[in-house]
Amino acid sequence: MKFDKPAGQNPIDQLKVVGKPTDRIEGPLKTTGTAKYAYEYNEEVTNPAYGYILGAAIARGTITRIDQAAAKAAPGVLAIVTAANAGPLQAGKFYVSRFLAGPQVDHYHQAVAIVVAETFEQARSAAALLKVEYKKQAGNYDLEASKEGAQPPNPGPYTPPGESRTGDFDGAFKTAEVKIDRSYSTPDQAHAMMEPHATIAKWEGDKLTCWCTIQQINWGVRDLAFILGIPKENVRLISAYIGGGFGGKGTVLSDLVAASLAARAAGRPVKLTLQRPLMFNNTIHRPKTIQRIRIGANPDGTITAIGHESWSGNLPGGMTESATASTRILYAGANRLTRLRLAVLHLAEGSAMRAPGEASGMMALEIAMDEMAEKLQMDPVEFRIKNDTQEDPEKPGRKFSTRKLVECLREGAKKSGWERRNAKPGAIKEGDWLIGMGVAAAMRGAPITKSAARVRLDSNGRITVETDMTDIGTGTYTIIAQTAAEMMGVGIDQVQVKLGDSSFPESSGSGGQWGAASSTSGVYAACIKLREAVAGKLGFDVEKARFSDGRIILGDKSAALIEAAKGGELVAEDTMTYGELSKEYAQDTFGAHFVEVGVNAFTYEIRVRRMLAVCHAGRILNPKAARSQIIGAMTMGVGAALMEEMVVDKKVGFFVNHDLAGYEVPVHADIPHQEVILLEDLDPTMSPMKAKGIGELGIVGVAAAVANAVYNATGIRIRDYPVTLDKLLRVV
Amino acid sequence: MNPFQFTRANTTQAAVSAVSKETGAYFLAGGTNLIDLVKREVIIPERLVDINRLPLATIEETASGIRIGAMAKNSAVADHPLIKKHFPLLSMALNAGASAQLRNMATVGGNMMQRTRCPYFYDHSMPCNKRSPVQSGPFKGQLNGPAGCGAIGGVNRMHAIFGTSEKCIAVHPSDMCIALAALDATVNVTGPKGNRSIPFAEFHRLPGDAPQKDNTLLPGELILSVDVPKNEMSKYSHYLKVRDRASYAFALVSVGVAADMKGKTIQDIRLAMGGVAHKPWRLAEAEVYLKGKEATLENFKQAATLAMQGAKGYGENDFKLTLAPNAIIEALQIATQTV
Amino acid sequence: MENENNAGEPESTGASRRAFLKQSSALAAFALTPPAAVHAVERGLDEKVAVAFEQQPLRVEINGVAQQLSVEPRVTLLDLLREQLNLTGTKKGCDHGQCGACTVHVDGQRVNSCLTLALTTEGSKVTTIEGLGSVDKLHPMQEAFIKHDGFQCGYCTPGQIMSAVACINEGHANSPDEVREYMSGNICRCGAYANIVEAIMEVKSKGGRI
Repeated sequence: MKFDKPAGQNPIDQLKVVGKPTDRIEGPLKTTGTAKYAYEYNEEVTNPAYGYILGAAIARGTITRIDQAAAKAAPGVLAIVTAANAGPLQAGKFYVSRFLAGPQVDHYHQAVAIVVAETFEQARSAAALLKVEYKKQAGNYDLEASKEGAQPPNPGPYTPPGESRTGDFDGAFKTAEVKIDRSYSTPDQAHAMMEPHATIAKWEGDKLTCWCTIQQINWGVRDLAFILGIPKENVRLISAYIGGGFGGKGTVLSDLVAASLAARAAGRPVKLTLQRPLMFNNTIHRPKTIQRIRIGANPDGTITAIGHESWSGNLPGGMTESATASTRILYAGANRLTRLRLAVLHLAEGSAMRAPGEASGMMALEIAMDEMAEKLQMDPVEFRIKNDTQEDPEKPGRKFSTRKLVECLREGAKKSGWERRNAKPGAIKEGDWLIGMGVAAAMRGAPITKSAARVRLDSNGRITVETDMTDIGTGTYTIIAQTAAEMMGVGIDQVQVKLGDSSFPESSGSGGQWGAASSTSGVYAACIKLREAVAGKLGFDVEKARFSDGRIILGDKSAALIEAAKGGELVAEDTMTYGELSKEYAQDTFGAHFVEVGVNAFTYEIRVRRMLAVCHAGRILNPKAARSQIIGAMTMGVGAALMEEMVVDKKVGFFVNHDLAGYEVPVHADIPHQEVILLEDLDPTMSPMKAKGIGELGIVGVAAAVANAVYNATGIRIRDYPVTLDKLLRVV
Repeated sequence: MNPFQFTRANTTQAAVSAVSKETGAYFLAGGTNLIDLVKREVIIPERLVDINRLPLATIEETASGIRIGAMAKNSAVADHPLIKKHFPLLSMALNAGASAQLRNMATVGGNMMQRTRCPYFYDHSMPCNKRSPVQSGPFKGQLNGPAGCGAIGGVNRMHAIFGTSEKCIAVHPSDMCIALAALDATVNVTGPKGNRSIPFAEFHRLPGDAPQKDNTLLPGELILSVDVPKNEMSKYSHYLKVRDRASYAFALVSVGVAADMKGKTIQDIRLAMGGVAHKPWRLAEAEVYLKGKEATLENFKQAATLAMQGAKGYGENDFKLTLAPNAIIEALQIATQTV
Repeated sequence: MENENNAGEPESTGASRRAFLKQSSALAAFALTPPAAVHAVERGLDEKVAVAFEQQPLRVEINGVAQQLSVEPRVTLLDLLREQLNLTGTKKGCDHGQCGACTVHVDGQRVNSCLTLALTTEGSKVTTIEGLGSVDKLHPMQEAFIKHDGFQCGYCTPGQIMSAVACINEGHANSPDEVREYMSGNICRCGAYANIVEAIMEVKSKGGRI
């Protein structure tokens, strides 16, 4: 099915099942520990060997020698894989990392060897017996120092052009009556999902099956086949449950490659998981940015010039962090400039993490907006509203499909008690605690992409949906079940959903906030076909019939669905594809965050006291799961604001705090009660579902709202994240 | 994690004997730090001697105070009525540490033995003078991993500002020990040469030229109990732990205060700091200064200034030169209820 | 009590291994390896000969079932559960006591199974998420987590639930703030904290030990 004109009324609009705050259908499995994650297929793979990765001990250089004698002689060891015996390996098509070092080492903890042994304990201890000799080479580890040589990135599917200009930014900024010119930085951040990357790989002849934990099954098949140099048809990936991703498990990373190589070398299925302390320097992360923002305005608050430049670094050929994305479209202003520059750094690969580009960029832009509002002596909510735009500021005439940023800000201001905020920083004190409030806007693109599904109606009248879509905690199982139930007119308990298997039809996968809207649209398309099949079988006009209460009904005539499957299961499959509506309309999601913090007047510890998000993101398929996505993203935003930083040792060239004690993410005690308001919205330009993604929107702007609240509490403006007490104390 | 032998000890004599006759043998109590270090091959044991069955978990009142068995779990001590009544500072400090799960595992003795959390110490590809020399074999005495100090001139936001050496600027990570240092505890140990008692202030040591030694225990010595003398300072006490996240994190700086007040006058006071040195850092001069003085912000500021004499930053941790005195003032205000 | 025949003396299987070790002439072959590695390899080589010495008996009750096992000293309770007993509900998140995903109850107390050597649980009663409730018979805490959407990806969830049950039974669930503090050893990167606290407070409000 091709979607190329705005959706009209369709069966989803009944909202008998869709739009309801349904409990997650996989809840009983997850809460009882019976949902199976990658490393847990003990029944399917009964005699596995265990793989363990030894990471490089240097940041950059060459391996001159690996003495394997001791490791080989260690008990239980079955095989040792290094670049010398792994055979030719490519990098994947999304990440640039090479998954096995040798002879050159590209970054710290890049896999040097994989040891395979009978038990996990044996593999781990034998890996420690490998003696690796290196020749070190100097590298760049310092973005600040590498800024000068940074180049415009090569545009690609996930990288915008290095520069965008509208009007005459330089002239307008120069002559602006009120202006700011500020630098900001965001640090390297880790996804730190709870389930480490893990794979069980099993070869049967030249066919490879991997139980793994990746968000994009289709990319995974493509990449693993390419990396290993085998046909795609020979690769099957299964990721039924994924213990968190946030972009950190987009496609193939070292665990999949290492387990596959190890299983081939050992002639046995191999289980392999990345040890937590390896993950930070071995896999991918959200890269550090340095950003410069210039805003010029008239005294009435009208923005006349807005410029945003961002520098990030990566391994050669790696992606840039497109931190300027939101600035191109969020606020009005006739004269605009954005610029991206990419330096070569020899740290682990930077890549996508929840709202890539937008999250980083809005951490800076939304502080800049706060600074500008203060300079204009305007309320920061009003300043943002003043500069709202209902069309793409780079392409006048191109409307937003839906955009209620102003409503988000107004509703949030009302519900958060914004009027109680004292515009003068440092003015409110409770005991030894300084109290402040902050606001930030949120926006995140609403991409949608082709997605397929297969739907079965069996002789018991049950519906089964199969798609290689993944549920990384987003609620996909549930919204897909809701979609199929709505379309087929059955209760949700009549629907079974099977996900995360590359033998199922190819879906959008989970990433870029496109998963919910895309995958349910694919299910919609397949259900339309199944409705046709049912109607055909039972002699109904599908255009006029409705599906309700397990029956197909037209006028006085009705029949149970089960009748259609009497002679055998009915199976329908389709792919939803898209026309040009996303070019015609700017399709985005919007929101506003309001945060109250307390800052201790002596220690400058920062504690978040209240949080509110107002979001506008198309039809909400399941308000319960959507709210959870938002509070989770708000929590991650608090981490980004106050604690998360992969700290670089610039002499050695590695992330020093490479475990979950060193890399702090928020714990229960950091997070107060959180409120979420989901504004009503239907976006018929997206798909028949009229829905958009929401999981990434929730993080965008949170950190800035916290930083602005800290400023409001203390009068100290921190422009380098995370906002920690040492930075405040330095100013005091 | 290398293969090692596992021995379950049923008596303290057997435990001491097993550990002292073999280099590379370690007592295994709660294991919350030791197993972590063994997994990372920072410690490579020959043998772990499980002392969890030893009858050393009693918490009891003695003539002069409370005796806490070395094997008492951190959670049991924190929630014990005697501790809450007499030493709320100790209870607060314990509850500020780690997580509920870890406190259920960790013992008083083990807590005293925990190693620094310096990231260079934990990553044996990185230079560190603190990692113990290999205990046996042809390379006995050599370090596991390169020598040097990654933190000096490296990433050192968490590191010490007092009592550092050219070899090591790591900090002792315990919260409990800050309280025990403030409360003038005594450590009772047994060993191959019999029993002895060590004043708490002498239990942990500064790094000097031997940063691999955290404390003054002799080889094979086992902690039996800790004696905490009674005092009149239970009403006015506070443990302030400053960190980036609100819980489940090590201190950037912590301050333990216990005071005896008469009206607004400080009759007697104990002060110790964590996160600033290789051992719990007792603030003797500040204590002397405050004794007999009124609990006022001005006096607290002066005490904090005295406490900071000799402090030295290493770059990223320079902020502790400001944070520590502020934390002292804040902790004093809370403890003396003068906020 | 274990080790009755040997009361007062540590139970040991190492003596003959060490004797063997001292005779080992293999050390010279590893002169180039770092000291730590040599240290381990001398033992490793020894291992091949002495593999029979490696495992020790373990009697432990897991989810009400008495188990007589034989495990290597270095095997953690977490790996024993997941890799040998197929009790994969207990999760490995960090393996270093830094996340709480591996939380189980040992003799009613919540602990991190990743830092618990299996052999130290001799004679204990271990309860894992599988022992708390099942899909057909959910524990009230499991029901409350579903109702309040106290999870997303589900990977930290068994640990959160085991910790939540203990939190109430310990008497540390008297207010949302107390719950937040006493649940802080269980990290949820999906950020379901606010919902988890609501689930716990609801179960707590019904009263009693759970």
